[in-house]
Amino acid sequence: MANSSASKPKSVEVRNSTTTQPMTTMSVLAPALGWLIPGAGHLIQKRWIRGLLIMFSITTMFFLGLAMQGRVYRPNGGDILDILGFVGDLGAGGLYIVTRVMDWGQGAIAHATADYGTKFIIVAGLLNFISVADAYHIAIGKKP
Amino acid sequence: MILGKTILGEMILAQMTLELSHFSAALLFSAFASIVFGITQRNSAREQIRYGLYCFAMFVGGVFAAGWVMWLLRR
Repeated sequence: MANSSASKPKSVEVRNSTTTQPMTTMSVLAPALGWLIPGAGHLIQKRWIRGLLIMFSITTMFFLGLAMQGRVYRPNGGDILDILGFVGDLGAGGLYIVTRVMDWGQGAIAHATADYGTKFIIVAGLLNFISVADAYHIAIGKKP
Repeated sequence: MILGKTILGEMILAQMTLELSHFSAALLFSAFASIVFGITQRNSAREQIRYGLYCFAMFVGGVFAAGWVMWLLRR
């Protein structure tokens, strides 16, 4: 009986220490900047090599997709795959915004590689979501 | 203004149309995805390089495996 009452507060304490994350300016700024400019979330935290590699990979992948005449999805409420395509594209942040402003990514059906391009663009956005999460983990001290 | 941007966008894209083979597209995809996976999924630099190379090998291995499966299905 004494043991069970003694162990109860301990478990509560452990749960609190694992769920509570310190909310700092960097923990908000790094993911936001990382979303807007791929790799910038790492660069702002002085992870130079990681940041530059992420920036190079995601940006190159996105522009290769555009160069292959890939399609950029617009906000839509139709087919579930179109909605998911839009969510994936949106992950590229600033690249997606620039593409929409410049009216790129119309998707020429004449090219056989256009479908690969569409997938490159979506995956670049999804990879940026992962890098944003990584930048957040670095900012809160969960990852070195 | 919007028309100008559209024309500029069309001109730039028309000059950089890229037609990769399925294999070269898969290799590029593997390389870039592996770099990001390596960096984001492991902590130390050594582990990141090892995991990145592992992912790349799995991607390329998967391409060859899928290629042989399709070849067998086609026969």
